[in-house]
Amino acid sequence: MLDLYGTKLPSRLLLGTAQYPSPAILADAVKASRASVVTVSLRREMAGGRSGEKFWSLIQSLRLRILPNTAGCHSVKEAVTTAQMARDVFGTNWIKLEVIGNHDTLQPDVFGLVEAARVLCEDDFAVFPYTTDDLVVAERLLAVGCKVLMPWCAPIGSALGPVNATALRSMRGHFPDIPLIVDAGLGRPSHAALVMELGFDAVLLNTAVAKAADPVGMARAFGNAVDAGREAYRSGLLEPRDVAVPSTPTIGRAVFQ
Amino acid sequence: MRVLVKGAGVAGLTAAFELAARGAAVTVVETRHCLGGNASWMAGGMLAPWCERESAEQPVLDLGRDAADWWDAALPGHVTRAGTLVVAMPRDAGELDRFASRTSGYQWVDEDEITLLEPDLAGRFHRGLFFPGEAHLDPRRAMAALHEKLAERGVEFRFGIDARHVAGFEYEIDCTGMAAGDERLRGVRGEMVILCAPDVSLARPVRLLHPRFSLYLAPRADHHFMAGATMIESRSAEPITGRSMMELLNAAYSVHPAFGEAAIVETGVGIRPAYPDNLPRVERQGRTVAINGLYRHGFLLAPAMAQRAADLVFRSDKPAEYADETDSQRRSA
Repeated sequence: MLDLYGTKLPSRLLLGTAQYPSPAILADAVKASRASVVTVSLRREMAGGRSGEKFWSLIQSLRLRILPNTAGCHSVKEAVTTAQMARDVFGTNWIKLEVIGNHDTLQPDVFGLVEAARVLCEDDFAVFPYTTDDLVVAERLLAVGCKVLMPWCAPIGSALGPVNATALRSMRGHFPDIPLIVDAGLGRPSHAALVMELGFDAVLLNTAVAKAADPVGMARAFGNAVDAGREAYRSGLLEPRDVAVPSTPTIGRAVFQ
Repeated sequence: MRVLVKGAGVAGLTAAFELAARGAAVTVVETRHCLGGNASWMAGGMLAPWCERESAEQPVLDLGRDAADWWDAALPGHVTRAGTLVVAMPRDAGELDRFASRTSGYQWVDEDEITLLEPDLAGRFHRGLFFPGEAHLDPRRAMAALHEKLAERGVEFRFGIDARHVAGFEYEIDCTGMAAGDERLRGVRGEMVILCAPDVSLARPVRLLHPRFSLYLAPRADHHFMAGATMIESRSAEPITGRSMMELLNAAYSVHPAFGEAAIVETGVGIRPAYPDNLPRVERQGRTVAINGLYRHGFLLAPAMAQRAADLVFRSDKPAEYADETDSQRRSA
């Protein structure tokens, strides 16, 4: 079972809650996906007077583990403040830490990310850092106290899928015991299946489901793909070969023709 | 029949119109001292059910399809039937394909056709979607005109009055939106900016698609434009934030650089009442009919909701609950 900061989770899919056509469709999609964690983004204007509490209570009624995020924060200070607000609003020390470095690509500012992770880990947060596939940054994040890593596989919302499978593979190889969650960039269920086949522990996605023509159907498809990829990884995948191998032996013919 | 309509937003005004047209003696009470100050006042006024279908479910198209006809009949001269133009910057061209795949009732237009539709956008966009069946109106003028017309027809308006202090009606229509206190409702904050750009003329609403900051520009009289609108899960009515203002102005500037020279005439915030499925409801409980949850589709859906409310009042023997109908439509959508 997936173990994140001591919490055992039955599902390896984490689903974002933004951009759905309606909260009702969001709720149906979450159920169809069988996700056990949902992420929520806290915009500053929503926190002040608890004026968005209706949406929060709809999300809380899903009775799933909530992973608040610091989406849209561009500085360490902003991210730390947002994390603290999220802890108050949602009553959890889990935080998906985003420190955005580039407005266009929503690429993480890895320097700010390590710094913010250090501050938050010291403050007893369970930090889920949204990072790149860079191994050195990953090591720094672990050194400051992160126990989970969430590399992108492509820019947020791009739907490109794993653009550098080699880097993801190498990350899995370097950190065999750290839970690795691919966060951002997945567009299709086959992308999710692929990264799960590479041995990643879970995937986190939002746009690919929320912006599908039928978010509920797409959520179910992603749930199935994550299961398929995980089971394939555990079952041992066949490595590619150069020659064709018939699955049924052809008896009675000379072997070398 | 004496009917009390609570709330003078677009739901209340259209309900009063339908009821009066069917012979009811209507009184409208509004806690505010004049028209405006509500979500309707901040609306874009687009009668664009085909475009809305991009993110809204089928009932929004079904219920909104005849809205332009209703407004045209109620207020001749107020509705502009010039369609909607949807464009995207070249690097976001994929957004147009996505929008097209979710909608119907459009035709693809190229650069020359866009120029024919909107000469001021000549050379700015290579490709777009044109929804010829759509229309728009100026919400504030429409509300004022509807108010005037209703008053002429003998509908009594009482502003600055708490509805609890009036009595003697056979039916009540609750059109008070968030103030109705319906536990199922949530507020969805929308921020808008009104710009005056003397160098720009647009004949129809233009929507700019962007992966993150989609925007529409709704033309009003005298080179005024409403740029809107954000969608934030909050009922906070605090003034527009810097970020939202920046996003709206950036997007307007991308549609036409002359918006960089525009005067910012007004900024506004409206709180849209929405049910969890973002679909409207008309419900009767005893002698009260409630219209609510019009979300971001006030002017588009109010006529159909008003007609259903009037049906419930005048055919009270018929137990039809239209909320159930929209629910089942949603499930099958």
